[in-house]
Amino acid sequence: MKLDYTDEQNAFRMDVRDWMQANVPAAPLVSFDHSREGFEAHRDWERTLNEGRWGMVTWPEAYGGRGLDLVTWLIFEEEYYRAEAPLRVNQNGIFLLGPTLMEYGSDEQKARFLPAMASGEEIWAQAWSEPQAGSDLAAVRATARRDGDDYVLSGHKIWSSRAVFADMAFGLFRTDPDSERHKGLSLIFFPLDAPGVKVQPIAQIDGETGFAEIFLEDVRVPAFNRLGDEGQGWSICMATAGFERGLMLRSPARFQVAAKKLVELYQANEARLPAATRDAVLQAWMEAEAYALSIYRTASRLVAGGQIGSEASINKIFWSEMDIAMHRTALAILGARAELTRDAPEAAGVGRWLDGFFFSLAGPIYAGSNEIQRNIIAERMLGLPRR
Amino acid sequence: MDFRFTEEQDMMADVVRGLLADHCQPADLRRLMASNEARDSARWAHIVELGLGGILVPEDKGGLGLAPVDFVQLAEAAGYAALPEPLVENAGVALPLLAALVPADHPVLTRALAGEITVALAHPANPMVADADSAGAILTVAGDTVHLTTPEAAGLVHQPSSDPFRRLHTLANVAGETLATGAQPALDAAFDRGALFAAAQMVGIAQRCVDLAVDYAKERQQFGKPIGSYQAIKHHLATCQVKIEFARPVLYAAAADLPNGDLHSRARISQAKLAATEAADLATRTAIQVHGAMGYSWEVDVHFFLKRAVALASWWGDAALHRDRVAARVMTQPLGPEFTFARES
Repeated sequence: MKLDYTDEQNAFRMDVRDWMQANVPAAPLVSFDHSREGFEAHRDWERTLNEGRWGMVTWPEAYGGRGLDLVTWLIFEEEYYRAEAPLRVNQNGIFLLGPTLMEYGSDEQKARFLPAMASGEEIWAQAWSEPQAGSDLAAVRATARRDGDDYVLSGHKIWSSRAVFADMAFGLFRTDPDSERHKGLSLIFFPLDAPGVKVQPIAQIDGETGFAEIFLEDVRVPAFNRLGDEGQGWSICMATAGFERGLMLRSPARFQVAAKKLVELYQANEARLPAATRDAVLQAWMEAEAYALSIYRTASRLVAGGQIGSEASINKIFWSEMDIAMHRTALAILGARAELTRDAPEAAGVGRWLDGFFFSLAGPIYAGSNEIQRNIIAERMLGLPRR
Repeated sequence: MDFRFTEEQDMMADVVRGLLADHCQPADLRRLMASNEARDSARWAHIVELGLGGILVPEDKGGLGLAPVDFVQLAEAAGYAALPEPLVENAGVALPLLAALVPADHPVLTRALAGEITVALAHPANPMVADADSAGAILTVAGDTVHLTTPEAAGLVHQPSSDPFRRLHTLANVAGETLATGAQPALDAAFDRGALFAAAQMVGIAQRCVDLAVDYAKERQQFGKPIGSYQAIKHHLATCQVKIEFARPVLYAAAADLPNGDLHSRARISQAKLAATEAADLATRTAIQVHGAMGYSWEVDVHFFLKRAVALASWWGDAALHRDRVAARVMTQPLGPEFTFARES
């Protein structure tokens, strides 16, 4: 065990830091879920990142990456969050679909989709859930009927993050009409502006439209848009979900920066706060650190050739619950001012804790609800009977 | 950056886990309890044979010269087995302290390294002394001076513990041969090891309780199905496992960082102790709940682990003390993701 960075890793950190200092927009961008303007500003940022070859440092150089390992990626993320750089509008693409494409895609598919993903030219949305297929994802009903060299897609997708303004979506479709449950599903890409696609934004509790419903009516896409084999959709989906829950969806750095801000908020208000508040703040810091250490440990294992397993579910439960606890502590420190919106004259120092608190409540739901994750841990890790 | 144990470290842990699986099952514990002996001499002989006494003692003092990170998984295994014998307190805490204070040829050190005696430590952090009656020598502390005495001279006052395998005493007479003055740094390091390895034992206890509860939940049928098929049970146990999985990396990082002996490493050790305490607290209580009425019975083994967890929660510093040590780092040192592995410069 060696818990030190190499000289090379330290030098890499400084490179990232310098670049971020020179390039991160001085003022925060408008949210990508708020308006087309905000979305396009984030697309521009993706372009800037890609020009500096900082878009996806773990990707091969051929697709705009640097071919670096996961530990180095963690260092990149630390500097990214330290610099308070914009959120990644294309995270469905670069963090979820990208790694899956590299594993399951043909060379032609990689050449077609990965560079456009890396540059932000194509921003991706996820189209898995349906009104009747939420936690029970295998109940997917949307169909893809083969017609010559094309698929014809029909169905109703929902809770599709980024779908309001994005360009492309990847979805789970039933290619075998006689199949049931997780058999006969395929993962297929479709443009969100294709004829027959209707996107209906859904307002969230914070007022933004981060997700949408997608109605598909005889949407024609080339069979080239299918990832992996017909019927392989479920297993590819689960591999993607593994990346999502496991490692790449929520960088530890995100929570460590939040914990740092929480400590600063506490210190600014310390004189009027009870001792119990200090302990809650310390707990937030400790949990963020524990999450970081755990991810470093997993990354070390993966770099040495290991596979990601049930820690994906373990991680997802931990960070989503930590995120809520951290924000609740912040709201308790803010007291009666916590409810103020940023426009309120008295809101100075209130920051974005309330928005963050609302968003944290989505954490135990998206990417597979925590109830489903607990089932997975109990059944696959602990070996308890399924029924 | 490599956050993995070496093959040697994993192999050594496997050996100890195997030995304890063979010789330290709950049935063995119950047999020892009935015998009224302090130790299972056969089991202790097996442990001594492994030559672990000097694992943390420097080579020039006759030990193996290994580091806390080499011992942490062994302490975890001791917790998993609720081991009665003082492997952790002797090899993990007391002997490295003794070795730091005396020359290599000191007779107590040489006899202890040969496995002839164990050494107990009356550290000011703990109100009682563990395993003093079975020890060959006791280290006592007055200020920053360490004395050497014997169980006979110390006037042991037995302080019965609810944990039948923790043999606790107070000392009527702490005077003895002066071993060293100005020993505060060595005593602080001993405290860090004590807290770290208590944390390791509690992680082991937590895992054992989850495993016991899982075994029971697979067997026990109600409403025509194993109770482990119900989500109410699954979710309780999954929550325990999450706590354990996030205590482990903190524990292992704390073990690797302990030799740094700075504000950061001390905070990490305290964090490990707090996280392990939480995991053990939740897992022991959950295991009792999952066992239902049986869980409250003497017959089910969970109570051995519950009692050990209660003891270790405040042994080598209680939660308040360890939170203060975390605060000392958080409130004074730079924060943020770039400082996860920071040292005091």
